[in-house]
Amino acid sequence: MIKTLFQKIGVGALTMLVPGLVWAQDKAKWNLQEPHTSVAREMYDLHSVVLIICLIIFVGVFGVMFYSVIKHRKSAGHKAALFHENTTVEILWTVVPFFILIGMAWPATRSVLAMRDTSSPDITIKVTGYQWKWSYEYLKGEGDLAGLADGVQLYSVLATPHDQIYGNAPKGEHYLLEVDNPLVVPVGKKVRVLITANDVLHAWYVPAFGVKQDAVPGFIRDAWFKVDKPGTYRGQCAELCGKEHGFMPIVVEAVEPEKFAAWAAKQKSAAAPNAATAIVAATGGGDGKGTYDKVCSVCHAAGVAGAPKFGDKAAWAPRIATGVDALHNSALKGKNAMPPKGGMVTTPDGDIVAAVDYMVKAAK
Amino acid sequence: MSAVIGHEHDHADGHDHYPGGIMRWVKTTNHKDIGTMYLWFSFIMFLTGGFMAMVIRAELFMPGMQVVNPEAFNQMTTLHGLIMVFGAIMPAFVGFANWLIPMQIGAPDMAFPRMNNWSFWLLPPAALLLLLSLFVPGGAPGVGWTLYAPLSVQQGMGMDLTIFAIHILGMSSIMGSINIITTILNLRAPGMTMMKMPLFVWTWLITAYLLIAVMPVLAGAVTMTLTDRHFGTHFFNAAGGGDPVLFQHIFWFFGHPEVYIIAIPAFGVVSQVIPAFSRKPLFGYTSMVYALASIAILSFLVWAHHMYTTGLPVTGQLYYMYATMLIAVPTGVKVFNWVATMWKGSLSFETPMLFAIGFLFLFTLGGFSGLVLSIVPVDIQLHDTYYVVAHFHYVMVAGALFSAFAGVYFWLPKWTGHMYDETLGKWHFWLSMIFFNMIFFVQHFLGLAGMPRRIPDYAPQFTDFNMISSIGAFGFGLTQLLFLYVVVKCIRNGEMAPQRPWEGADSLEWTHLPTPAPYHSFETPPTVK
Repeated sequence: MIKTLFQKIGVGALTMLVPGLVWAQDKAKWNLQEPHTSVAREMYDLHSVVLIICLIIFVGVFGVMFYSVIKHRKSAGHKAALFHENTTVEILWTVVPFFILIGMAWPATRSVLAMRDTSSPDITIKVTGYQWKWSYEYLKGEGDLAGLADGVQLYSVLATPHDQIYGNAPKGEHYLLEVDNPLVVPVGKKVRVLITANDVLHAWYVPAFGVKQDAVPGFIRDAWFKVDKPGTYRGQCAELCGKEHGFMPIVVEAVEPEKFAAWAAKQKSAAAPNAATAIVAATGGGDGKGTYDKVCSVCHAAGVAGAPKFGDKAAWAPRIATGVDALHNSALKGKNAMPPKGGMVTTPDGDIVAAVDYMVKAAK
Repeated sequence: MSAVIGHEHDHADGHDHYPGGIMRWVKTTNHKDIGTMYLWFSFIMFLTGGFMAMVIRAELFMPGMQVVNPEAFNQMTTLHGLIMVFGAIMPAFVGFANWLIPMQIGAPDMAFPRMNNWSFWLLPPAALLLLLSLFVPGGAPGVGWTLYAPLSVQQGMGMDLTIFAIHILGMSSIMGSINIITTILNLRAPGMTMMKMPLFVWTWLITAYLLIAVMPVLAGAVTMTLTDRHFGTHFFNAAGGGDPVLFQHIFWFFGHPEVYIIAIPAFGVVSQVIPAFSRKPLFGYTSMVYALASIAILSFLVWAHHMYTTGLPVTGQLYYMYATMLIAVPTGVKVFNWVATMWKGSLSFETPMLFAIGFLFLFTLGGFSGLVLSIVPVDIQLHDTYYVVAHFHYVMVAGALFSAFAGVYFWLPKWTGHMYDETLGKWHFWLSMIFFNMIFFVQHFLGLAGMPRRIPDYAPQFTDFNMISSIGAFGFGLTQLLFLYVVVKCIRNGEMAPQRPWEGADSLEWTHLPTPAPYHSFETPPTVK
């Protein structure tokens, strides 16, 4: 009750500061996004409380200053009083703020401890930042839902078409905040995310969950969230990671646990026949499907930078016509936008060859 | 022998002996000439960095990519930050230091005049290196002014030019600081005890120590980046046993004191201006000095509050939160002191006072948003969003820049011998004030709603505030051309200024020196009672 009152006063006061903007009276625009986890809610309330305290002090201090500006002006004939230094006043204005700060630090400490407690999750998901996309890997881990989706991995790439960005097509509803494969999580379950990066720093940021964690290459950090309501939640990479930094959004679908189980089962069965194919396809003596997933799919899954899309018969036909050997060579030595071995030079040649065969097979 | 000395003496006594034309400026060892060069250099850099800000705001005027490509956008944000911090604000206050410290402590010049010349002349080559990086293959670094590894290791040779520019700027700052410390400690007039120095001198003494402490740390960080890039080291590469986060620790160990290197001289200027136009001494001189010193010490102990989201240990987050919140105490003491100085004064509102009050009002607002950001859970939401951009521009622009404007208007009569145009000065203030808030106040809301910083394109729900911000930015940019006009007009044909145009101004440059200030300040030291 008091909290909501505080929030109303806070939003109201901010609105008054910019009277010209009252027309944009959409609450979501003026404050933090609506929180959907306990942690995000604590952040929201903490921000409101701190904001109110700051506003009160601000009004107090500048009330005094503007009173002085109006009453103590020379043009109004005010003569300067020459007082200075007053030990009592000086001690008071040092000590009082100190206690106000302790009042803020107390609830903040509680929130920090809650925010960082990633113990006993229901499910664990590894998040990897790449230039410029995210990958999500469901781990076996511990907890109730462990094993439900283990082994499922998806890459999540911006789905907004180039034409919309460069003004050749009208912008869609979720412009820049849409992806091909969203992360799917169960609501009401504690989801622990292990966050890392493959190349440079990224940051996994979903405002409604109160999660922002830098992804550091070579190190694993963690965070957690328990979503309270099914829905689609959107965020963005929050650490400058190069030219496409503004174009690697995060979309999380939170669904009921039953739906999640069904989704996970479907993902697993979809992956299984592919795995069978992979064994057959591995004629090059290497791991075709595995290499494709690890290296080639980065571009070939979605058809990035002119790469023929996986399974797209029309795109592959002219290439297959040049002969399988030519394709092997292009993959090993690079072609057009594709660097040698797709940029992963440590991959054994056999694996690359097997991956090409695997892709050719899927496109026939 | 004595004849020779006598001759030397005669020569030195002759006023205004300097070569004409460009050589006067190349060879000068005079603190006023050098101060003037610092100020003009800083203004040119301010316009250059400001132009880059215009490019950024033009691209962000509406969703979609229109003006530049994402690479160029990142290069603009990087250079805008580096140029404004190292090219505009820092040299501006060094310019003030050069002009004012000898006059305010009753000295003839700086302690090391030749080194002073060298400190200045290092700046133009460094600035050229920075700008040259735009034209090399790969362009300027697109990594933000914080130069975070490993992204900085991926960049083209523009990054190397930037690293060398930072080395040179660091050398300049260190030499400048040695000069300032030596001057203040050794060249004070008889009777000018430490606790009688004008507050501006105190702020520079503290700032100079901060500079000497942290510029080598920054040089170390960028040198490690350089060797990671070219010489096979792995300081910031986990695959070789390094850690990318190490760069951030080193950078912010420099970066947080750097914030105060910029802010503290600004406090000094405001602490001269507010008492002068209140016609009343500063309320608590002693507590001001102590507050400044505590801020300087605290500034070394809070660096990781820029890194709450990197995955610090819980204890680390808590410690840095408490230490950072503590800075609010001495900062509060300063704000209360300025307000108490105005209280029951006899106030008048010429342009310097307007800018000082603008500073006080908006800097305090920036202080409050800083307090909000110090709270770890709140910062998790706001880190790397536009809220942070708004916060530090309140501190850097409304703080440091407004205070520099206050200082320029305050001392222009002493520097040039002419009064500036008061009406135009007031226009400059009000337009700056309105446009500044248009640009940055709305950015708080963008940050709260979750718009990340350093993105060239954004989702449509952020459009209105970005448009307001961009319009404000163009207005603010144009307003600064008005400032240039006011200054040039003042130099060329302003009215003659009296020795002490501000009745409340009481430091030595006003009470003991004619207007304009003579080429050599105090050839015989004044006695300070």
